[in-house]
Amino acid sequence: MTVDSLYQEIILDHYKNPHHRGLREPFDAEVRHLNPTCGDEITLRVQLDGDTVKDVSYDSEGCSISQASASVMTDLVIGKDLQTATATADEFLELMQSKGQLEPDEDVLEDAIAFAGVSKYPARVKCALLAWMAWRDAVGQARGEVGESTA
Amino acid sequence: MTFDVARVRKDFPILDREVRPGVPLVYLDNAATSQKPQQVLDAMRDYYEQHNANVHRGIHTLAEEATALYEGARDKVASFINAADRREVIFTKNSTEALNLLARTIPLAAGDEVVVTEMEHHSNLVPWQLAAQRTGATLKWIGLTDDGRLDLADLDRTITANTKVVAFVHQSNLLGTVNPVDVVVAKAREVGAITVLDASQSVPHMGVDVQALGVDAVAFTGHKMCGPTGIGVLWGRADLLAALPPFLGGGEMIDEVTMAGSTWAVLPHKFEAGTPMIAEAAGLGAAIDYLTDLGMDAIRAHEHELTAYALDKLQRVEGLRIIGPTTTEDRGGAISFALDGIHPHDVGQLLDEKGVAVRVGHHCARPACLRYGVSATTRASVHLYSTTAEIDALVEGLDQVKAFFKR
Repeated sequence: MTVDSLYQEIILDHYKNPHHRGLREPFDAEVRHLNPTCGDEITLRVQLDGDTVKDVSYDSEGCSISQASASVMTDLVIGKDLQTATATADEFLELMQSKGQLEPDEDVLEDAIAFAGVSKYPARVKCALLAWMAWRDAVGQARGEVGESTA
Repeated sequence: MTFDVARVRKDFPILDREVRPGVPLVYLDNAATSQKPQQVLDAMRDYYEQHNANVHRGIHTLAEEATALYEGARDKVASFINAADRREVIFTKNSTEALNLLARTIPLAAGDEVVVTEMEHHSNLVPWQLAAQRTGATLKWIGLTDDGRLDLADLDRTITANTKVVAFVHQSNLLGTVNPVDVVVAKAREVGAITVLDASQSVPHMGVDVQALGVDAVAFTGHKMCGPTGIGVLWGRADLLAALPPFLGGGEMIDEVTMAGSTWAVLPHKFEAGTPMIAEAAGLGAAIDYLTDLGMDAIRAHEHELTAYALDKLQRVEGLRIIGPTTTEDRGGAISFALDGIHPHDVGQLLDEKGVAVRVGHHCARPACLRYGVSATTRASVHLYSTTAEIDALVEGLDQVKAFFKR
Protein backbone atom coordinates (compact mmCIF):
# COMPACT_ATOMS: atom_id res chain seq x y z
CA MET A 1 0.00 0.00 0.00
CA THR A 2 1.59 3.26 -1.06
CA VAL A 3 0.33 6.78 -0.94
CA ASP A 4 0.28 6.92 -4.74
CA SER A 5 -2.66 4.50 -4.75
CA LEU A 6 -4.49 7.12 -2.69
CA TYR A 7 -3.39 10.28 -4.46
CA GLN A 8 -4.08 9.29 -8.06
CA GLU A 9 -3.28 11.87 -10.73
CA ILE A 10 -7.02 12.17 -11.55
CA ILE A 11 -7.74 13.09 -7.94
CA LEU A 12 -5.03 15.73 -7.83
CA ASP A 13 -6.30 17.17 -11.15
CA HIS A 14 -9.86 17.51 -9.84
CA TYR A 15 -8.49 18.95 -6.59
CA LYS A 16 -6.54 21.65 -8.40
CA ASN A 17 -9.23 22.36 -11.02
CA PRO A 18 -12.61 21.46 -9.51
CA HIS A 19 -15.64 21.16 -11.81
CA HIS A 20 -19.01 22.86 -11.22
CA ARG A 21 -17.73 24.61 -8.09
CA GLY A 22 -19.61 27.60 -6.62
CA LEU A 23 -23.20 28.01 -5.43
CA ARG A 24 -25.74 28.70 -8.17
CA GLU A 25 -29.39 29.73 -8.48
CA PRO A 26 -31.99 28.46 -8.89
CA PHE A 27 -32.07 25.45 -6.60
CA ASP A 28 -34.70 23.23 -4.96
CA ALA A 29 -32.76 22.27 -1.84
CA GLU A 30 -29.61 23.28 -0.04
CA VAL A 31 -27.80 21.19 2.60
CA ARG A 32 -24.68 21.63 4.71
CA HIS A 33 -22.73 18.56 5.71
CA LEU A 34 -19.73 18.33 8.04
CA ASN A 35 -17.12 15.72 8.66
CA PRO A 36 -16.88 16.28 12.41
CA THR A 37 -13.62 14.40 12.84
CA CYS A 38 -11.60 16.61 10.53
CA GLY A 39 -13.56 19.78 9.82
CA ASP A 40 -14.28 19.14 6.13
CA GLU A 41 -17.51 20.86 5.18
CA ILE A 42 -19.69 21.29 2.14
CA THR A 43 -22.74 23.39 1.28
CA LEU A 44 -24.50 21.80 -1.67
CA ARG A 45 -27.50 22.76 -3.80
CA VAL A 46 -29.58 20.56 -6.05
CA GLN A 47 -31.96 21.60 -8.77
CA LEU A 48 -34.24 18.94 -10.22
CA ASP A 49 -36.23 19.10 -13.43
CA GLY A 50 -38.79 16.35 -13.06
CA ASP A 51 -36.70 13.22 -12.73
CA THR A 52 -33.55 14.84 -14.06
CA VAL A 53 -30.72 16.29 -11.99
CA LYS A 54 -30.55 19.66 -13.67
CA ASP A 55 -27.76 21.20 -11.58
CA VAL A 56 -25.61 20.52 -8.55
CA SER A 57 -23.58 23.40 -7.18
CA TYR A 58 -21.44 23.51 -4.06
CA ASP A 59 -19.07 25.44 -1.88
CA SER A 60 -16.71 23.32 0.14
CA GLU A 61 -13.61 23.28 2.22
CA GLY A 62 -11.50 20.28 2.98
CA CYS A 63 -8.74 17.90 1.99
CA SER A 64 -7.83 16.93 -1.57
CA ILE A 65 -9.88 13.74 -1.36
CA SER A 66 -13.10 15.46 -0.28
CA GLN A 67 -12.66 18.29 -2.79
CA ALA A 68 -11.86 16.04 -5.73
CA SER A 69 -14.74 13.74 -4.83
CA ALA A 70 -17.23 16.63 -4.97
CA SER A 71 -15.92 17.62 -8.39
CA VAL A 72 -16.10 14.08 -9.77
CA MET A 73 -19.56 13.57 -8.28
CA THR A 74 -21.01 16.60 -10.09
CA ASP A 75 -19.64 15.28 -13.39
CA LEU A 76 -21.41 11.99 -12.76
CA VAL A 77 -24.84 13.22 -11.69
CA ILE A 78 -25.57 16.48 -13.51
CA GLY A 79 -27.85 15.86 -16.47
CA LYS A 80 -28.60 12.28 -15.42
CA ASP A 81 -31.99 10.94 -14.49
CA LEU A 82 -32.40 10.30 -10.78
CA GLN A 83 -32.46 6.54 -11.11
CA THR A 84 -29.12 6.45 -12.94
CA ALA A 85 -27.53 9.01 -10.64
CA THR A 86 -28.70 7.15 -7.53
CA ALA A 87 -27.41 3.85 -8.94
CA THR A 88 -24.03 5.52 -9.51
CA ALA A 89 -24.06 6.85 -5.94
CA ASP A 90 -24.84 3.35 -4.68
CA GLU A 91 -21.98 1.87 -6.68
CA PHE A 92 -19.56 4.52 -5.41
CA LEU A 93 -20.64 3.82 -1.82
CA GLU A 94 -20.08 0.11 -2.39
CA LEU A 95 -16.61 0.84 -3.78
CA MET A 96 -15.73 2.98 -0.75
CA GLN A 97 -16.84 0.20 1.62
CA SER A 98 -14.87 -2.46 -0.27
CA LYS A 99 -11.55 -2.05 1.60
CA GLY A 100 -9.77 -2.25 -1.73
CA GLN A 101 -11.39 -5.59 -2.67
CA LEU A 102 -13.61 -4.33 -5.49
CA GLU A 103 -12.67 -3.73 -9.13
CA PRO A 104 -14.48 -0.52 -10.09
CA ASP A 105 -16.54 -0.34 -13.29
CA GLU A 106 -15.18 2.54 -15.35
CA ASP A 107 -18.29 2.64 -17.57
CA VAL A 108 -20.36 3.59 -14.52
CA LEU A 109 -17.93 5.45 -12.29
CA GLU A 110 -15.70 7.16 -14.89
CA ASP A 111 -13.16 9.38 -13.03
CA ALA A 112 -14.50 8.09 -9.71
CA ILE A 113 -12.60 4.82 -10.23
CA ALA A 114 -9.55 6.79 -9.07
CA PHE A 115 -11.00 6.62 -5.55
CA ALA A 116 -10.66 2.83 -5.38
CA GLY A 117 -7.40 3.32 -3.46
CA VAL A 118 -9.15 5.51 -0.87
CA SER A 119 -11.18 2.51 0.28
CA LYS A 120 -7.98 1.06 1.73
CA TYR A 121 -7.64 4.06 4.06
CA PRO A 122 -10.60 3.86 6.48
CA ALA A 123 -9.90 7.34 7.88
CA ARG A 124 -10.32 8.87 4.43
CA VAL A 125 -13.48 7.08 3.26
CA LYS A 126 -15.62 9.71 4.98
CA CYS A 127 -13.77 12.43 3.06
CA ALA A 128 -14.58 10.75 -0.26
CA LEU A 129 -18.22 10.22 0.70
CA LEU A 130 -18.97 13.68 2.10
CA ALA A 131 -20.19 15.27 -1.15
CA TRP A 132 -22.12 12.14 -2.17
CA MET A 133 -23.94 12.01 1.18
CA ALA A 134 -24.77 15.71 0.87
CA TRP A 135 -26.09 15.14 -2.65
CA ARG A 136 -28.31 12.26 -1.51
CA ASP A 137 -29.66 14.37 1.35
CA ALA A 138 -30.32 17.36 -0.94
CA VAL A 139 -32.14 15.22 -3.49
CA GLY A 140 -34.28 13.75 -0.72
CA GLN A 141 -35.17 17.23 0.51
CA ALA A 142 -35.84 18.49 -3.02
CA ARG A 143 -38.31 15.64 -3.45
CA GLY A 144 -39.97 16.47 -0.13
CA GLU A 145 -38.62 13.51 1.80
CA VAL A 146 -37.51 13.90 5.41
CA GLY A 147 -33.84 14.78 5.35
CA GLU A 148 -31.03 13.42 7.47
CA SER A 149 -29.04 16.61 7.74
CA THR A 150 -26.13 16.52 10.16
CA ALA A 151 -26.09 20.27 10.55
CA MET B 1 20.99 14.84 36.86
CA THR B 2 20.73 14.91 33.07
CA PHE B 3 17.68 13.52 31.36
CA ASP B 4 18.71 10.42 29.39
CA VAL B 5 16.08 10.25 26.66
CA ALA B 6 17.72 7.20 25.02
CA ARG B 7 17.35 5.27 28.25
CA VAL B 8 13.76 6.47 28.71
CA ARG B 9 12.85 5.29 25.19
CA LYS B 10 13.98 1.76 26.05
CA ASP B 11 11.12 1.59 28.57
CA PHE B 12 8.52 2.08 25.81
CA PRO B 13 8.29 -1.08 23.68
CA ILE B 14 6.10 0.54 21.01
CA LEU B 15 8.75 3.13 20.14
CA ASP B 16 10.80 0.30 18.64
CA ARG B 17 8.20 -0.71 16.07
CA GLU B 18 8.15 0.12 12.42
CA VAL B 19 4.99 1.56 10.88
CA ARG B 20 5.83 -0.31 7.68
CA PRO B 21 8.91 -2.39 6.87
CA GLY B 22 11.88 -0.03 7.05
CA VAL B 23 9.81 2.92 8.29
CA PRO B 24 10.32 3.51 12.03
CA LEU B 25 7.60 5.14 14.12
CA VAL B 26 7.99 8.86 14.85
CA TYR B 27 5.25 9.40 17.41
CA LEU B 28 4.29 13.07 17.70
CA ASP B 29 0.64 12.66 18.69
CA ASN B 30 1.18 12.81 22.44
CA ALA B 31 -1.50 15.40 23.14
CA ALA B 32 -4.00 12.79 21.94
CA THR B 33 -2.54 9.99 24.01
CA SER B 34 0.85 8.99 25.37
CA GLN B 35 2.59 5.67 24.93
CA LYS B 36 2.98 3.33 27.91
CA PRO B 37 6.19 2.17 29.56
CA GLN B 38 6.81 -1.52 30.29
CA GLN B 39 6.35 -0.77 34.01
CA VAL B 40 2.70 0.17 33.41
CA LEU B 41 2.04 -2.82 31.17
CA ASP B 42 3.61 -5.11 33.79
CA ALA B 43 1.53 -3.64 36.63
CA MET B 44 -1.72 -4.28 34.76
CA ARG B 45 -0.70 -7.77 33.75
CA ASP B 46 0.42 -8.55 37.29
CA TYR B 47 -2.92 -7.37 38.64
CA TYR B 48 -4.86 -9.77 36.40
CA GLU B 49 -2.41 -12.65 36.85
CA GLN B 50 -2.01 -12.40 40.61
CA HIS B 51 -4.55 -10.18 42.35
CA ASN B 52 -7.77 -9.97 40.32
CA ALA B 53 -10.80 -9.58 42.59
CA ASN B 54 -13.49 -7.01 43.21
CA VAL B 55 -12.59 -4.23 45.61
CA HIS B 56 -13.99 -3.05 48.94
CA ARG B 57 -16.24 -6.07 49.47
CA GLY B 58 -14.57 -9.41 49.94
CA ILE B 59 -12.63 -10.39 52.98
CA HIS B 60 -10.52 -12.93 51.11
CA THR B 61 -6.87 -12.38 50.30
CA LEU B 62 -7.26 -11.44 46.65
CA ALA B 63 -9.99 -8.89 47.44
CA GLU B 64 -7.74 -7.29 50.02
CA GLU B 65 -4.82 -7.19 47.61
CA ALA B 66 -6.96 -5.68 44.83
CA THR B 67 -8.36 -3.11 47.25
CA ALA B 68 -4.84 -2.23 48.40
CA LEU B 69 -3.78 -1.71 44.77
CA TYR B 70 -6.81 0.40 43.96
CA GLU B 71 -6.67 2.55 47.08
CA GLY B 72 -2.87 2.66 46.81
CA ALA B 73 -3.28 4.27 43.39
CA ARG B 74 -5.49 6.90 45.01
CA ASP B 75 -2.74 7.66 47.52
CA LYS B 76 -0.22 7.98 44.67
CA VAL B 77 -2.47 10.40 42.78
CA ALA B 78 -3.08 12.44 45.94
CA SER B 79 0.62 12.76 46.60
CA PHE B 80 1.45 13.42 42.90
CA ILE B 81 -0.83 16.49 42.77
CA ASN B 82 -0.34 17.43 46.44
CA ALA B 83 -3.98 16.95 47.44
CA ALA B 84 -4.59 17.82 51.10
CA ASP B 85 -6.67 14.69 51.61
CA ARG B 86 -6.83 11.38 49.71
CA ARG B 87 -10.65 11.48 49.87
CA GLU B 88 -10.54 14.40 47.47
CA VAL B 89 -9.34 12.10 44.67
CA ILE B 90 -12.23 10.58 42.69
CA PHE B 91 -11.53 8.04 39.96
CA THR B 92 -13.56 8.58 36.80
CA LYS B 93 -13.46 7.15 33.28
CA ASN B 94 -11.54 10.14 31.91
CA SER B 95 -11.35 13.94 32.09
CA THR B 96 -14.62 14.22 30.19
CA GLU B 97 -16.49 12.23 32.83
CA ALA B 98 -14.86 14.23 35.63
CA LEU B 99 -16.00 17.50 34.03
CA ASN B 100 -19.49 16.13 33.33
CA LEU B 101 -19.73 15.05 36.97
CA LEU B 102 -19.22 18.66 38.04
CA ALA B 103 -21.45 20.15 35.34
CA ARG B 104 -24.25 17.76 36.36
CA THR B 105 -23.98 18.25 40.12
CA ILE B 106 -22.98 21.87 40.80
CA PRO B 107 -26.29 23.65 41.51
CA LEU B 108 -27.15 26.26 38.87
CA ALA B 109 -30.30 28.27 38.19
CA ALA B 110 -31.63 30.89 35.82
CA GLY B 111 -29.68 34.11 36.33
CA ASP B 112 -26.47 32.25 37.21
CA GLU B 113 -23.53 32.46 34.84
CA VAL B 114 -20.91 29.88 33.90
CA VAL B 115 -17.69 31.22 32.39
CA VAL B 116 -15.42 29.15 30.12
CA THR B 117 -12.81 30.20 27.57
CA GLU B 118 -12.75 30.13 23.79
CA MET B 119 -9.84 27.66 23.86
CA GLU B 120 -11.63 24.89 25.74
CA HIS B 121 -11.56 21.32 24.55
CA HIS B 122 -15.14 20.26 23.82
CA SER B 123 -15.01 18.23 27.06
CA ASN B 124 -14.91 21.43 29.10
CA LEU B 125 -17.38 23.28 26.91
CA VAL B 126 -20.22 20.95 25.91
CA PRO B 127 -20.99 19.74 29.49
CA TRP B 128 -21.44 23.40 30.54
CA GLN B 129 -23.57 24.12 27.47
CA LEU B 130 -25.77 21.21 28.54
CA ALA B 131 -25.85 22.46 32.13
CA ALA B 132 -26.88 25.92 30.95
CA GLN B 133 -29.64 24.44 28.79
CA ARG B 134 -30.89 22.30 31.65
CA THR B 135 -30.87 24.97 34.34
CA GLY B 136 -31.45 28.22 32.46
CA ALA B 137 -28.01 29.51 33.47
CA THR B 138 -26.06 31.62 30.95
CA LEU B 139 -22.79 30.50 29.38
CA LYS B 140 -20.15 33.18 28.83
CA TRP B 141 -16.58 32.93 27.70
CA ILE B 142 -13.23 34.63 27.83
CA GLY B 143 -12.02 35.39 24.30
CA LEU B 144 -8.56 34.92 22.83
CA THR B 145 -5.86 37.25 21.55
CA ASP B 146 -4.31 36.96 18.10
CA ASP B 147 -1.19 35.35 19.58
CA GLY B 148 -3.12 32.50 21.17
CA ARG B 149 -3.61 33.69 24.73
CA LEU B 150 -6.60 34.45 26.94
CA ASP B 151 -7.82 38.00 26.43
CA LEU B 152 -7.62 39.05 30.07
CA ALA B 153 -8.80 42.56 29.26
CA ASP B 154 -12.19 40.83 29.03
CA LEU B 155 -12.00 39.38 32.52
CA ASP B 156 -13.87 42.04 34.49
CA ARG B 157 -16.72 42.05 31.98
CA THR B 158 -16.94 38.28 31.80
CA ILE B 159 -16.63 37.26 35.44
CA THR B 160 -19.31 39.08 37.43
CA ALA B 161 -21.29 38.83 40.64
CA ASN B 162 -23.60 36.38 38.84
CA THR B 163 -20.75 33.99 37.96
CA LYS B 164 -21.15 30.67 39.77
CA VAL B 165 -18.50 28.61 37.95
CA VAL B 166 -15.33 29.48 36.05
CA ALA B 167 -14.16 26.41 34.10
CA PHE B 168 -10.95 26.76 32.11
CA VAL B 169 -8.09 24.84 30.64
CA HIS B 170 -4.61 24.83 32.19
CA GLN B 171 -2.74 24.04 28.97
CA SER B 172 -4.54 24.20 25.62
CA ASN B 173 -4.50 20.98 23.61
CA LEU B 174 -4.76 22.97 20.37
CA LEU B 175 -2.57 26.04 20.99
CA GLY B 176 -0.14 24.76 23.62
CA THR B 177 -0.82 27.91 25.68
CA VAL B 178 -0.34 27.61 29.45
CA ASN B 179 -2.89 29.90 31.06
CA PRO B 180 -2.27 32.21 34.03
CA VAL B 181 -4.31 30.25 36.58
CA ASP B 182 -3.55 32.74 39.36
CA VAL B 183 -5.10 35.69 37.50
CA VAL B 184 -8.32 33.83 36.67
CA VAL B 185 -8.60 32.33 40.16
CA ALA B 186 -8.10 35.71 41.83
CA LYS B 187 -10.94 37.21 39.82
CA ALA B 188 -13.21 34.19 40.39
CA ARG B 189 -12.57 34.33 44.13
CA GLU B 190 -13.54 37.99 44.24
CA VAL B 191 -17.05 37.01 43.12
CA GLY B 192 -17.17 33.71 45.01
CA ALA B 193 -17.29 31.49 41.92
CA ILE B 194 -16.20 27.84 41.90
CA THR B 195 -13.08 27.32 39.75
CA VAL B 196 -12.69 24.17 37.67
CA LEU B 197 -9.39 23.49 35.89
CA ASP B 198 -9.02 21.09 32.97
CA ALA B 199 -5.48 19.86 33.55
CA SER B 200 -5.53 17.03 31.00
CA GLN B 201 -2.59 18.52 29.10
CA SER B 202 -0.64 19.88 32.05
CA VAL B 203 -0.52 17.09 34.65
CA PRO B 204 1.38 14.78 32.22
CA HIS B 205 4.04 17.40 31.48
CA MET B 206 4.73 19.51 34.58
CA GLY B 207 4.49 19.32 38.32
CA VAL B 208 0.93 20.30 39.27
CA ASP B 209 0.18 21.27 42.88
CA VAL B 210 -3.58 21.62 43.24
CA GLN B 211 -3.29 23.51 46.53
CA ALA B 212 -0.78 26.00 45.14
CA LEU B 213 -2.98 26.59 42.07
CA GLY B 214 -5.81 27.60 44.37
CA VAL B 215 -8.58 26.14 42.21
CA ASP B 216 -11.56 24.25 43.60
CA ALA B 217 -11.52 21.27 41.23
CA VAL B 218 -9.17 19.70 38.69
CA ALA B 219 -9.75 17.08 35.99
CA PHE B 220 -7.14 14.99 34.21
CA THR B 221 -6.83 11.63 32.51
CA GLY B 222 -4.53 8.64 32.88
CA HIS B 223 -3.83 7.82 29.27
CA LYS B 224 -2.06 11.08 28.48
CA MET B 225 0.36 10.57 31.41
CA CYS B 226 1.76 7.18 30.37
CA GLY B 227 -1.10 5.36 32.11
CA PRO B 228 -3.90 3.29 30.59
CA THR B 229 -7.10 4.48 28.96
CA GLY B 230 -10.32 4.10 30.95
CA ILE B 231 -9.24 5.94 34.08
CA GLY B 232 -9.26 9.65 34.87
CA VAL B 233 -9.22 11.76 37.99
CA LEU B 234 -11.45 14.38 39.49
CA TRP B 235 -9.81 16.21 42.35
CA GLY B 236 -11.98 18.59 44.31
CA ARG B 237 -11.76 20.36 47.64
CA ALA B 238 -13.42 18.13 50.23
CA ASP B 239 -15.97 20.75 51.29
CA LEU B 240 -17.05 21.30 47.67
CA LEU B 241 -17.36 17.57 46.88
CA ALA B 242 -19.14 16.85 50.16
CA ALA B 243 -21.78 19.48 49.36
CA LEU B 244 -22.54 18.14 45.87
CA PRO B 245 -25.24 15.52 45.25
CA PRO B 246 -24.22 12.11 43.82
CA PHE B 247 -23.61 11.83 40.06
CA LEU B 248 -24.21 8.16 39.22
CA GLY B 249 -26.16 5.89 41.52
CA GLY B 250 -25.51 2.22 42.20
CA GLY B 251 -23.33 -0.08 44.24
CA GLU B 252 -20.36 1.25 46.20
CA MET B 253 -21.75 4.78 46.45
CA ILE B 254 -24.38 4.12 49.12
CA ASP B 255 -24.47 4.07 52.88
CA GLU B 256 -27.89 2.58 53.60
CA VAL B 257 -30.45 1.42 51.06
CA THR B 258 -34.14 0.67 51.64
CA MET B 259 -36.94 0.42 49.12
CA ALA B 260 -38.05 3.84 50.25
CA GLY B 261 -34.72 5.55 49.68
CA SER B 262 -30.98 5.59 50.24
CA THR B 263 -28.21 7.55 51.86
CA TRP B 264 -24.80 8.16 50.38
CA ALA B 265 -21.37 6.87 51.19
CA VAL B 266 -18.71 9.31 52.32
CA LEU B 267 -16.05 10.65 49.94
CA PRO B 268 -14.55 9.46 47.71
CA HIS B 269 -16.98 6.54 47.30
CA LYS B 270 -20.05 8.74 46.93
CA PHE B 271 -18.81 9.50 43.40
CA GLU B 272 -17.59 6.01 42.47
CA ALA B 273 -20.70 3.96 41.69
CA GLY B 274 -20.23 0.38 40.52
CA THR B 275 -17.13 -1.77 40.15
CA PRO B 276 -14.31 0.64 39.36
CA MET B 277 -11.42 0.32 36.89
CA ILE B 278 -9.10 -1.66 39.12
CA ALA B 279 -6.46 -2.81 36.63
CA GLU B 280 -6.38 0.70 35.21
CA ALA B 281 -5.83 2.14 38.67
CA ALA B 282 -2.90 -0.24 39.12
CA GLY B 283 -1.56 0.94 35.77
CA LEU B 284 -2.04 4.60 36.64
CA GLY B 285 -0.26 4.06 39.94
CA ALA B 286 2.69 2.55 38.07
CA ALA B 287 2.68 5.48 35.62
CA ILE B 288 2.85 7.95 38.51
CA ASP B 289 5.75 6.01 40.04
CA TYR B 290 7.49 6.09 36.66
CA LEU B 291 7.02 9.85 36.17
CA THR B 292 7.98 10.56 39.78
CA ASP B 293 11.20 8.54 39.45
CA LEU B 294 12.21 10.58 36.41
CA GLY B 295 11.07 13.81 38.08
CA MET B 296 8.44 16.13 36.68
CA ASP B 297 10.88 19.04 36.64
CA ALA B 298 13.35 17.04 34.52
CA ILE B 299 10.53 15.98 32.18
CA ARG B 300 9.36 19.56 31.85
CA ALA B 301 12.89 20.82 31.12
CA HIS B 302 13.37 18.16 28.43
CA GLU B 303 10.06 19.01 26.77
CA HIS B 304 10.80 22.73 27.04
CA GLU B 305 14.01 22.23 25.08
CA LEU B 306 12.20 20.15 22.47
CA THR B 307 9.45 22.74 22.14
CA ALA B 308 12.01 25.52 21.59
CA TYR B 309 13.75 23.38 18.98
CA ALA B 310 10.48 22.52 17.21
CA LEU B 311 9.16 26.09 17.21
CA ASP B 312 12.41 27.31 15.70
CA LYS B 313 12.58 24.58 13.04
CA LEU B 314 8.91 24.82 12.09
CA GLN B 315 8.98 28.58 11.71
CA ARG B 316 11.74 28.18 9.13
CA VAL B 317 9.40 26.09 6.95
CA GLU B 318 8.16 28.36 4.21
CA GLY B 319 4.39 28.78 4.12
CA LEU B 320 3.94 27.43 7.66
CA ARG B 321 1.92 29.41 10.18
CA ILE B 322 1.86 28.43 13.84
CA ILE B 323 -1.60 28.63 15.44
CA GLY B 324 -0.77 29.58 19.03
CA PRO B 325 2.16 31.18 20.84
CA THR B 326 5.35 31.20 18.74
CA THR B 327 7.73 31.33 21.71
CA THR B 328 8.22 28.94 24.63
CA GLU B 329 6.99 31.46 27.17
CA ASP B 330 4.03 29.95 29.09
CA ARG B 331 3.74 27.27 26.46
CA GLY B 332 3.74 23.50 26.32
CA GLY B 333 4.79 21.07 23.61
CA ALA B 334 1.61 20.81 21.53
CA ILE B 335 2.21 22.81 18.35
CA SER B 336 -0.57 23.41 15.82
CA PHE B 337 0.15 24.82 12.41
CA ALA B 338 -1.31 25.50 8.98
CA LEU B 339 0.59 24.88 5.78
CA ASP B 340 -0.23 27.19 2.89
CA GLY B 341 -2.72 25.67 0.45
CA ILE B 342 -2.46 22.11 1.79
CA HIS B 343 -5.22 20.68 3.94
CA PRO B 344 -4.13 19.14 7.27
CA HIS B 345 -5.67 15.79 6.26
CA ASP B 346 -3.33 15.61 3.29
CA VAL B 347 -0.39 16.71 5.45
CA GLY B 348 -1.14 14.00 8.01
CA GLN B 349 -1.59 11.32 5.36
CA LEU B 350 1.72 12.02 3.66
CA LEU B 351 3.56 12.32 6.98
CA ASP B 352 2.21 8.90 7.95
CA GLU B 353 3.83 7.57 4.81
CA LYS B 354 7.14 8.58 6.46
CA GLY B 355 6.10 7.03 9.77
CA VAL B 356 5.44 10.43 11.35
CA ALA B 357 2.27 10.31 13.46
CA VAL B 358 0.63 13.70 14.00
CA ARG B 359 -2.97 14.70 14.65
CA VAL B 360 -5.03 16.57 12.08
CA GLY B 361 -8.47 18.13 12.41
CA HIS B 362 -10.05 20.52 14.89
CA HIS B 363 -8.69 18.62 17.92
CA CYS B 364 -12.05 18.84 19.71
CA ALA B 365 -11.48 22.60 20.00
CA ARG B 366 -13.50 23.78 17.03
CA PRO B 367 -14.38 27.24 18.44
CA ALA B 368 -10.67 28.06 18.82
CA CYS B 369 -10.01 26.86 15.26
CA LEU B 370 -12.78 29.15 14.02
CA ARG B 371 -11.30 32.01 16.06
CA TYR B 372 -8.07 31.65 14.09
CA GLY B 373 -9.83 31.26 10.75
CA VAL B 374 -9.02 27.61 10.11
CA SER B 375 -11.32 24.60 9.95
CA ALA B 376 -8.50 22.28 10.94
CA THR B 377 -4.82 22.24 11.85
CA THR B 378 -1.93 19.81 11.85
CA ARG B 379 -0.65 19.29 15.39
CA ALA B 380 2.66 17.85 16.51
CA SER B 381 3.01 17.20 20.24
CA VAL B 382 5.96 15.91 22.24
CA HIS B 383 6.32 13.91 25.43
CA LEU B 384 9.10 12.82 27.73
CA TYR B 385 10.47 10.28 25.23
CA SER B 386 10.44 12.60 22.18
CA THR B 387 13.71 13.60 20.52
CA THR B 388 15.10 16.38 18.32
CA ALA B 389 15.67 13.72 15.63
CA GLU B 390 11.90 13.20 15.58
CA ILE B 391 11.34 16.94 15.09
CA ASP B 392 13.84 16.79 12.22
CA ALA B 393 11.88 13.90 10.67
CA LEU B 394 8.70 15.98 10.92
CA VAL B 395 10.27 19.00 9.24
CA GLU B 396 11.80 16.84 6.51
CA GLY B 397 8.39 15.23 6.01
CA LEU B 398 6.75 18.65 5.65
CA ASP B 399 9.21 19.59 2.91
CA GLN B 400 8.21 16.40 1.09
CA VAL B 401 4.51 17.17 1.56
CA LYS B 402 5.02 20.57 -0.04
CA ALA B 403 6.99 19.08 -2.91
CA PHE B 404 4.25 16.47 -3.50
CA PHE B 405 1.48 19.04 -3.84
CA LYS B 406 3.57 21.39 -5.94
CA ARG B 407 4.20 18.83 -8.68
